[in-house]
Amino acid sequence: MDNFLSVRDLRVHFPTPDGVVKATDGLSYDLARGKTLGIVGESGSGKSVSSSAILGLHRGTNAQVSGEILLDGTNLLTITDEEMRQRRGKEVAMIFQDPLSAMHPYYTVGNQIAEAYRVHHDVNKKAARTRVVEMLELVGIPQPDRRVDDYPHQFSGGMRQRAMIAMALINDPSLVIADEPTTALDVTVQAQILDLLQKLQREFNTGIIIITHDLGVVAEMADDVLVMYAGKAVEYGPTKELLTHPEMPYTWGLLSSVPDLTADVDEKLVPIPGTPPSLLSPPKGCAFHPRCRYKDQVAGDLCVTQQPDLTPGSRGPGHLKRCHLTDPTVPNEEEVARS
Amino acid sequence: MWAYIVRRLFIGVALLLALTLVTFVLFFASPVDPARYACGKNCSEQQRDQARAALGYDKPVYEQWGLFMKGVVAGRDFPADEELRAAAPEVVTHCAAPCLGYSHLNSSTVNDLVKEAAPVSISLALVALVMWLVGGVLFGILAAVFKGSFIDRGIVGLTLVAYAFPTFFIAVFFLKYFAVKWELWPYPTYVSLADGGLASWLGNLIVPAFTLALVFMAGYVRMTRAFMLESMTEDYIRTAKAKGLKQRKVLFKHGLRAALTPLVTMTGLDFATLLGGAIITESVFAYPGLGLLTVQASDAWDLPTVIGVVVLAGSFVILMNIIVDISYAFIDPRVRLG
Amino acid sequence: MTMTDAAPTGPSTATDGSAPLLDVRDLQMYFPVKSSGLIRRTVGHVQAVDGISFQIESGGSLGLVGESGCGKSTTGRLVTRLYKPTDGSIHFEGRDIAGLGPRQLKPLRRDIQMIFQDPYGSLNPRHTVGRIIGTPLEIHDVVPKKQVLPRVQELLEIVGLNPEHYNRYPHEFSGGQRQRIGIARALTLQPKLLVADEPVSALDVSIQAQVINLLQDIQREFNIGFLFVAHDLAVVRHFCPEIAVMYLGKIVEIGERDAIYQHANHPYTQALLSAAPDVKQAAIGGRRERIQLQGDVPSPINPPSGCRFRTRCSYAQDICAAVEPPLLQIGRRHKVACHFAGEIGHHPAEPVTAPLLGVDRHGDRVPGTDPTPGLGTDSGYSDTWYDFPGRRMVRDESA
Ligand SMILES: Nc1ncnc2c1ncn2[C@@H]1O[C@H](COP(=O)(O)OP(=O)(O)OP(=O)(O)O)[C@@H](O)[C@H]1O
Ligand SMILES: Nc1ncnc2c1ncn2[C@@H]1O[C@H](COP(=O)(O)OP(=O)(O)OP(=O)(O)O)[C@@H](O)[C@H]1O
Ligand code: SF4
Ligand code: SF4
Ligand SMILES: [Mg+2]
Ligand SMILES: [Mg+2]
Repeated sequence: MDNFLSVRDLRVHFPTPDGVVKATDGLSYDLARGKTLGIVGESGSGKSVSSSAILGLHRGTNAQVSGEILLDGTNLLTITDEEMRQRRGKEVAMIFQDPLSAMHPYYTVGNQIAEAYRVHHDVNKKAARTRVVEMLELVGIPQPDRRVDDYPHQFSGGMRQRAMIAMALINDPSLVIADEPTTALDVTVQAQILDLLQKLQREFNTGIIIITHDLGVVAEMADDVLVMYAGKAVEYGPTKELLTHPEMPYTWGLLSSVPDLTADVDEKLVPIPGTPPSLLSPPKGCAFHPRCRYKDQVAGDLCVTQQPDLTPGSRGPGHLKRCHLTDPTVPNEEEVARS
Repeated sequence: MWAYIVRRLFIGVALLLALTLVTFVLFFASPVDPARYACGKNCSEQQRDQARAALGYDKPVYEQWGLFMKGVVAGRDFPADEELRAAAPEVVTHCAAPCLGYSHLNSSTVNDLVKEAAPVSISLALVALVMWLVGGVLFGILAAVFKGSFIDRGIVGLTLVAYAFPTFFIAVFFLKYFAVKWELWPYPTYVSLADGGLASWLGNLIVPAFTLALVFMAGYVRMTRAFMLESMTEDYIRTAKAKGLKQRKVLFKHGLRAALTPLVTMTGLDFATLLGGAIITESVFAYPGLGLLTVQASDAWDLPTVIGVVVLAGSFVILMNIIVDISYAFIDPRVRLG
Repeated sequence: MTMTDAAPTGPSTATDGSAPLLDVRDLQMYFPVKSSGLIRRTVGHVQAVDGISFQIESGGSLGLVGESGCGKSTTGRLVTRLYKPTDGSIHFEGRDIAGLGPRQLKPLRRDIQMIFQDPYGSLNPRHTVGRIIGTPLEIHDVVPKKQVLPRVQELLEIVGLNPEHYNRYPHEFSGGQRQRIGIARALTLQPKLLVADEPVSALDVSIQAQVINLLQDIQREFNIGFLFVAHDLAVVRHFCPEIAVMYLGKIVEIGERDAIYQHANHPYTQALLSAAPDVKQAAIGGRRERIQLQGDVPSPINPPSGCRFRTRCSYAQDICAAVEPPLLQIGRRHKVACHFAGEIGHHPAEPVTAPLLGVDRHGDRVPGTDPTPGLGTDSGYSDTWYDFPGRRMVRDESA
């Protein structure tokens, strides 16, 4: 597979008066054209930070970024600000969570989308407008030639997110990062938006990184999943394999703590105890150990003293997990409870 | 939109009515007898009563207020007392609507006094406005863009200095050193646009207007900086950056536009307040504007003049409020389009 | 047997015959919309809740699901009487509380409590946790002053917080812990009914389960009735044995868990269920067939005539615009409001409700027939109902 995006050992650290916040700490993944990577994890696990680093949005802030982000062979971390700017919106585009606040309230939707087009294309206003109307039509806005002059607040939530998608795709980027694109929307609208994204992905052969905390969305959208915990990848692999046969306790926990539409309702949910760690001083050893029910099954106090590496899992090539457990098929409580 | 404007105007008029009423009640509740001042030092009991009647001070407050309002709406004749007018038709002065009253002390209608003084205050306010807006917004943006750098700290430091010195002090300083001691600038005296032409008018206004503008400028630097920094953390700024816009465009098209909105309110209100007269600046520079007029009138217990100017200044503020509110509809489509 | 005779209008009783804890009938909440003109006239109403009926038994729990703006929170606020309903009745323990004034409501506040979505916004940041939880005890003189603290600590223990932390402030706790504080506060007065408005929506996935489990334990231990408002279908299914689906201020389908999740009869419920992403199903067998709804939810100020769902419904026909479908009982504990009610793939070709309503298939009145009176206004379930597929009345054998 030709990976046009390779992230290698990405670190994004924020120096603060209380210490260094290691928001992303040694993250690596690959993405092929036309494929989708889902990044899941709890709030504050570093999902957004790691992805906005691809767009270089940390530039000009106090963030310390290291590692490599290779897009078609170019390391996005070493190019100049101007080179980065020229790639933003053209090669890499972003869709944000709350489409109302992500659009400027004082400019029309059409104006804002046209702006995205005209930064990268030397065309006049009229040509840009025609292109915008085309894009709005493509994302399913009714009467696009009229709605193009509406302001964001005149659109419904779903329409705004469609407009954001139009804005992101207008320059036919090779990579689209969607940061919680449907979290603010209703399920029926979410379904529309996810379907739209998939349809357009097929049409434009776009690579998508979808950030979400909803495992259901990942299950439907992603080819690969990356599970993040405390700024690190703890499990990474093909979606189907990873969601049916996860091999580390945090992923087990995520799966067993959400009810689903078919589970036996008499079963209690199995929550992950405790709360996510502080990124200022993450726990020594495995960052998950204070909340892990399985650390006793690891010899010695390895979990507390030594950080596990990301090692190949048993679900085929490309499956990686970060855990000391020797027998990754330890029946998790969910399975015990349901058998 | 129109309904909104009409409603605002209605409220404005009601506010004005209330303002005049309160002014009347406040002034006439004071223990000082304005008729005594109007009549002069060696004034007999009888003369004083006559003066009181001439001024209309013998009538109850609400009636005086009614007369005043009639003057504003339809104009009126002075002296206020009908018998006096009948007795000495040669002294009757007609004051056309909107009549703000008659100053016995100056033997002139308040309208005429205001007509003399208002251009001075308006000139001063206008030039000061341009100065503080340009300076305040420019330095505010500069400070915000270079947040945390020495430029930012320098600008913010200077605003503190400007804050620390009272206008009075600055005015005296400019006069004494710039104009008198070092003779860097001719001693400013007010020259009207009609008399002296643009250059002379402006040249004479620069020092007092700058004095006046300085403290406002300091405020506007800090406000612009704060609003700008706030708007630069908005989600739509992140979107603008993610589109690949140039930093300049992100700053000015997206950041500044939103930051300016709250400034419009402040500007409108500050400007309106100044239109009513800058008391300290006008006093120190002896500029015969509404501020100076008010000071002189209060010193002499020239009530009609004080009331007239207060009402005028109040209407400036009320009117500007309405204009600011309406301008919001043009700035913010969410207000305009609901 | 004539159809009209067979109308399901039997007396409403809870299945065990006892009066329900909460009995809501024809509840309505209209918020006025003001014009922007010279005089701020009322130009319309947001029909936030428009004639809904349901019951909650003591210790039972009803889930309320639906899209944003359909009136879930408003219903919750009506039941806790934070709002005064425009119309309708709310019988709590047999007494109508819909029209009570603030003073008469005070004793009631003990019995009906609310848990809010935003765990931080609903806690006063300047009060210690001990004070937040203890104040209701003092206001209502429940325990002597000396026993307030021990009781607070006991409550903290129940919701899984360290009892020694009563002196801390809300900001010193994490989101999940704050929601626990909110729950402890709601439990202080030993309520009989808890209205939980999106109690876990603001929480992280891993924390959600903790709070859901806690609520379940509490419900079992104290036998509290729950009105559980949420938009997450899986969470509601897990928590509530009975679920009501709302659309634009109306209940379109209500019933037992299985009736809703396995045998949904309303096109909207079916679309909602098909839209919910599901980990297990997606991960094993790819996606289910998804029913795509077109467009957005219409405005509750001018809802569509007849069936409010008709603008997005793929089964809609003439009658749907002309006549509003009544909420009819179609199973032992299952009601639906649709002229073409039926499970996916089994929606009838003719409007099944027409004979009951005295109209023809276009919704035009049929001379000589009258609509069955009181159709679909019942809050409970009857032990006889009309079986649409079989076109006959059915009696509950177990009753
Ligand atoms: N500029 C910054 N300075 C200091 N810390 C930061 C900064 N930006 C982000 N962080 C921290 O980095 C961590 C990761 O943040 P990030 O936004 O990536 O989380 P996330 O996984 O996207 O969470 P969510 O699901 O809530 O969006 C958080 O703990 C956050 O507080
Ligand atoms: N106080 C109010 N005044 C006017 N309209 C209101 C008020 N409260 C709610 N509404 C309107 O009533 C309708 C129902 O609102 P409600 O908050 O009950 O919806 P909801 O189902 O809880 O939605 P969500 O899932 O977004 O919380 C909405 O259209 C809302 O705008
Ligand atoms: S390494 Fe140890 S503590 Fe970490 S997840 Fe694996 S078993 Fe748990
Ligand atoms: S009544 Fe008609 S419009 Fe409404 S849900 Fe049923 S079929 Fe659809
Ligand atoms: Mg995020
Ligand atoms: Mg709500």
